[in-house]
Parts: sequence; structure tokens; C-alpha cells
Amino acid sequence: MSGDPAILRPYGDTTGDGMVQLSFTLPMPHSKIAEGAAAQLAAKMGMDPAMVVHAKAMGPQHTFFVVYGAVSHLVDVSSVRVVEHDYPLLSPKEINLAVRKGLRRRLTVIGGCIGTDAHTVGIDAILNIKGFAGEKGLEYYRELRVVNLGAQISVPHLVARAQAEKADAVLVSQVVTQRDTHLLNIKEMSAAFREAYPADRRPLLIVGGPRFDEAMADSLGVDRVFARGTTPGLVASYLVDELVTRRLAGNDPDRRSA
Amino acid sequence: MSPARSRPRPAQPSAALPLDAVTVRKARSLARQAGRPIVRLAQQHTTVSVERATLRLAGLGGADPDGTPWVNHLVDAVRADTGIEDGVALPVWDSLTRGDAADLEELARKAAVGSVRFRIPSGRETTRVRSAARKAVGVGVRRIDARRRERERLIRRWGDAPRTPWIYLIVATGDIYEDMPQAQAAAREGADVIAVIRSTGQSLLDYVPEGATREGFAGTYATQENFRLMRAALDETSAELGRYVRLTNYASGLCMPEIASLAGLERLDMMLNDSMYGILFRDINPVRTFVDQRFSRQVHARAGIIINTGEDNYLTTADAVEAAHTVTVSQLLNEYFAKEAGLADWQLGLGHAFEINPDVPDSFRLELAHALLARQLFPHAPLKWMPPTRHMTGDVFRGYLLDGFFNLVGAMTGQGILLVGMMTEAVVTPWLSDRDLALQNVRYVMNACGNLHEDFRPTPDGFIATRANQVLSEGIELLQQIIDHDRGLLDAIADGTFGLMKRPADGGRGLDGVARKADGYYNPASELLEATT
Repeated sequence: MSGDPAILRPYGDTTGDGMVQLSFTLPMPHSKIAEGAAAQLAAKMGMDPAMVVHAKAMGPQHTFFVVYGAVSHLVDVSSVRVVEHDYPLLSPKEINLAVRKGLRRRLTVIGGCIGTDAHTVGIDAILNIKGFAGEKGLEYYRELRVVNLGAQISVPHLVARAQAEKADAVLVSQVVTQRDTHLLNIKEMSAAFREAYPADRRPLLIVGGPRFDEAMADSLGVDRVFARGTTPGLVASYLVDELVTRRLAGNDPDRRSA
Repeated sequence: MSPARSRPRPAQPSAALPLDAVTVRKARSLARQAGRPIVRLAQQHTTVSVERATLRLAGLGGADPDGTPWVNHLVDAVRADTGIEDGVALPVWDSLTRGDAADLEELARKAAVGSVRFRIPSGRETTRVRSAARKAVGVGVRRIDARRRERERLIRRWGDAPRTPWIYLIVATGDIYEDMPQAQAAAREGADVIAVIRSTGQSLLDYVPEGATREGFAGTYATQENFRLMRAALDETSAELGRYVRLTNYASGLCMPEIASLAGLERLDMMLNDSMYGILFRDINPVRTFVDQRFSRQVHARAGIIINTGEDNYLTTADAVEAAHTVTVSQLLNEYFAKEAGLADWQLGLGHAFEINPDVPDSFRLELAHALLARQLFPHAPLKWMPPTRHMTGDVFRGYLLDGFFNLVGAMTGQGILLVGMMTEAVVTPWLSDRDLALQNVRYVMNACGNLHEDFRPTPDGFIATRANQVLSEGIELLQQIIDHDRGLLDAIADGTFGLMKRPADGGRGLDGVARKADGYYNPASELLEATT
């Protein structure tokens, strides 16, 4: 860190000028008052002097502004704290490559909604090639083999299919949460997998749904919980980290190397 | 009366590219060869959704308190007793004419609790039952006809979109009561077409939700009531603006026939309806999709609805240069299936998109070549031109420039429908200011060079012309490969010829809702709709 100043100001074209640009909309018709209001907001945000360089009516009730100005705030880099993911986010290309090199076969993922839950929206967002939030689903990854069982899968059926397909990972989605059915279903599922597999051969168990808390994994007996807003890329990166990277690093032999 | 006014005037079919007429004819003939066995397959089968759509046309709507539609209850009950091989019309109207219930809803309620038994009528009874069914379903079909005439009348009264391309904007809040004012605002800002994005995954529901909905996942459910509410809101704004603002929704999925029927009944103007989207991107059974698609397109044809096909999806999942010819092949297949189902050229909003990686050298020239190829292959179709999504990042400034180039290609190649690109694509759902800036972008380009196509002629043996011909010939090769499969398109879809997913004809969702028609199959809706074709 020596040599890097810990205290910074934004840079326009001169060190220390503190220049930033900002755009926003105020819900009021365009007028001199509106421009003054924009300048006031910019001042409250720490811009001094603030120049309202552009103001344009958008319909009768809204005005759009572009403001340039110097901010008085300083940034203390030494006090910045960030939460890092405990696994690296990889691109589809990197994921395919990691599986091909690390596993030397395709990684099998099976998924479904268990119990009476018929809401496949979550599992489909993660598995279907159509994907979610601009990211393609796991089907899109060449080195992942995806078996989507759909809705209302019984736990014994899920276990049997996982065994038949030699699944590396099992993804279960639960949307319905009446009377905590989602928690009961998952506990039943994880217990069934523990019973059906020796501990070192059990597939990775992953659950997801809008009402899960990511800290619940241990109490549910699963390896990972994904909450609202999870994208397919996050899940794929996690799979690679857990089933390829860590296993190679730990010299953990492929569980089905035979 | 000028029916042409209700149609997007397809831009000047400029013969800019030196395409060989024989090659173009060959491409169409191969698409026909690939598509014909699929049409036969569609004619030989029915699905639960086709049967439910038939009941909807006869006026059966609504749902039980748990939200299961009455059409689902009734079709399931009939299926349990007689199967759907003969169609549900015979057993349903047999039951009604024998006095089991006063109307369809009462019959559905009774069927739901198992207090009626269905049978296939025989002999002379059949004639009476058929005629009762035809009369009931005819009411719905005539209502669709009336809605179409109403659209033409309103366009005459209020006026049409002032120019092409029509400007197509999206709303998607999940709450229909939020969507309405947003759609009205977008129309006032200059949108000619409003699309209400559906809730994620609705295409996989084997029923159509009921009523006005206020919650959705990244979109709003397509329901009959939501259709009605939004059309009424846009009618109000159309009258105020003095131009008819069109409304779009999505048919693709497990309920294509039903959603198409509801769209016709509620005077929607455009529908997303792709022949293979459900199969490739949603793992819906291929047979189910093709049967549902044909019926739904017959309904759209009757309703005067413009379909939008989904070729953009090919380019968001595969490289837009390598996969360019898959777009052409899909357009040719979509055209064949659409025309077979009775749609006219002016109803074919064939899709394509600006998705080439901007770092690729000559990416703009490649885009221009692809867009010109589509324009020239389908000179009388409106064509739906879709903006960059895949290479839009959080860098909104660069995104704004990309959208400008996208608009430029649209202007230079005379696209009929232009989906407006947002610089905040992949960042947030569009803000008011994003939409305003995006429309300024479109207006600037159209104003600055909307007539550029008059001057623009690519050099006959230059980069653009060569590229367009190359894509066409790759498309012809792919069509040839499809036909060379034993069972043609079905096998090609099964073995991953489209480069995406392997989708076998006996796999995927919704297969259990497909039945091969018996000799005595009767469906008054098909009978009436086939007569249109």
C-alpha cells in the first residue's frame, strides 16, 4: 500500500478536482424552479459547486437533469470493507473448461420441486436454457448434464433418479411455504439422501427458494441454500468450486472414478 | 374502408442484395418440405389446450376458489371418462343436450366433483350434438370477428401509427394496475405498440390464470381480465392521442391455443407466437407445441393479429455470427407454418436481433447484411427488429451508442416493428428517463436517415452482399440436413441440429396432454377456423 494514498477524491481532469456527473429525474414540470430544485439536491449530495448542465421535460410532470460538479466528500480506501463470495464467479466458458479439465466428464445435475409444490418457476429459471435475469440456465453449459424432473416429485423418486442418473448435485426448489412445508420437505429430503448414500458418495444437496435464509444450510442438512435473486451463473460457479476446484485441491479423488 | 391501414406498411422492399431468385425459391421449398410432415402431425393430434380453447370460445371462463380454471376441470373430467381422442365437444354437448346441466359452467362444477359421467354420443344423436356444439363455439368465433372489425373501425376513427417502423415498448411491473399507467405514459411518449411482459415461467403453466393479477415474477400474468383492462386503458389513450396504440402479449408455451383465443376475444393486436421456442428453450414436448401452435395461429389469422416470432432467442444463446443462418431457417419455417395456418404476409412479424459482439471486426456490416437478408427474403412481412441485450453491460454510455447503431440498421433496412433498446438493459427495469432517452435515440436516427435505404446499395460482390449470400446458403444446408433425417424436423430437433438442446419427440413437458385423433374426432372450432384458411 505504500505510495498509494488512502484518501482520494474523484478525478475529472485534474488530481483532486473531485468532479462527478449525475443524472436523475424530478417529478415536476420543467421550469426555473425545477432547475433550482435539481441544484439543491446536488448540493445536498455534497456537490459544490453544482452545475445543472441539462434539463429536459419528459412529459408534463417530470424533468430530467444532468448535473456536473465537485464533491466535497473524501474516500478513505483503508476503511473499505467488502464481502467476498466464498467462491469465485466464473463465466460459462470458464465453467465448461474447469469441468472438462478437472472432471474429465460431464457434471450431472438433477433438479425438481418436491412435495406438493407445483411452482417450477425457480427451478426452471436456474435450469432452463432460457435462464433468468439475462443469464442462461444450466442447460446452456455444455459440460453440465441437466435432468429437470419438474414439479411435485416425491422424495423417494428424487433419490432413485439421483442414483440412476449418477447425479453429482441435486437442486431442489421450494416456493410454497405454508406451515413451513418448505423446511419440512427439505429436511425429509436431506435425511433420505443421507440414508441412501454413504457419506462420501452423497451428491451435493442444494436448495433454493424465495423464503429461504442462506444461513439455514446446516439446520436443513444440505450443502447450500440459495435465496431470492440467485442467478444460474452463481449456482454453476458454486458447483464448480465445490465439485471440481475444492476436490482437486483437496486431492479428493473423484467419487466415481471407477 | 381501407384494410391496409390496419397493417404495418412493410417498408420499401428494396432489392439491395443480389440474391439469386432460384436459391430463394429453393430455400422456401426446403422449408415447405421440412414443415409439411409437421402440419400432418398437427392435423392428426389434439391436445388438452386445444380442447380447453374450444370451450373458452364457447364462453366457459372463470375458475374455482383455488384458481383452477373451469375449462381445466371440464376437460380433465371428460378425459378421464372418454379420453380426448374424439374431442371434448361431443361428450360435453351430449351431456348438455341431455340436460345434465343448464350451461357449461354448471357442467364444469358438477364435473369437478364427479357428479356427471361423459360418453361419446352415437348414431343420429351425434348430428344434434354437433350442431349444438357448433352453435356455441360459433358465438366465440363471431365475437373474434367482431373484435377484428372493431379494431379496423377504431383505426379509421383515431388514425394509425404515423410511420414505420412501429415503435414497440415494454412494460413489466407484475401488477396490472401499475402496468396500465406505465403503458399509457409510454404511449404518450411515442410508443405505437405496448408489450406486457409475462411473469417468468408462465409458458410452463398448463392452465391460464384467472382474473386481474397484482403479483408476478419479473412480469405480469397473461389473463383474460388483464388483457381486457390493458386494452381498455390503451383505448382511452388512443382516443386522446388520435392514433390507435397496439397491445402485445405472449402466446408461446403450454397454453398457446387458449391464450390466442383470449387475445382474439379481447382485441389484442400482436402476439408472440414462435413455432419452436417452447420446444428448444422451455423443453415443451415437440408434438404438443406443433399441435398447439397450428391451432393458435389459426385463431390469430382469424383475429387479424400480427404474430411476432422468437428468433432473437437463437442469438442470445449462441454466437450471433455463427448462428446467423439458424435465424434464417427459423424465419422460413415460421413463415411456412404461419401461412399454412392462414396468416397473411402482413401478419408475419418475423423476428431477428442485433446481437453480434461489438468487439468483432465489421460487426455493424455483418448486422446490416443479416438484416438486409431478412428484409429481402420476406419483402411483404413487417419484420420485428430486436435490440442488443447480450452485449449490454452496466456501461450505459456504450449501451446508448450500441442502441443507436441498432436503430441505424433498422432505418437502413426498413424494419416494420422496432423494439426500442434501453441503455439500462441488464441493469434495471427501464426508468422513465431511460425510456425517454431511448425514444430520443430512435427519433434522432429516423429523422436523420430514415430514408437512407433509398441511397444505400451494397456493392454487388462486396462484404455485405457476400455475407448475406453466405448466410442464405448455410441456411439451405441446414434445411437440407433437417430433411435428410428419417423423421425430418422432429428428429433434427431430437438430435440437437439446432445447436442448442436435444429435444426428443417423446420427451418434454405436456406430452401427456397430447392425443391422436380418433376417426370420429370433432372440434367445431377447428371446423370453423379451417374454413378461414
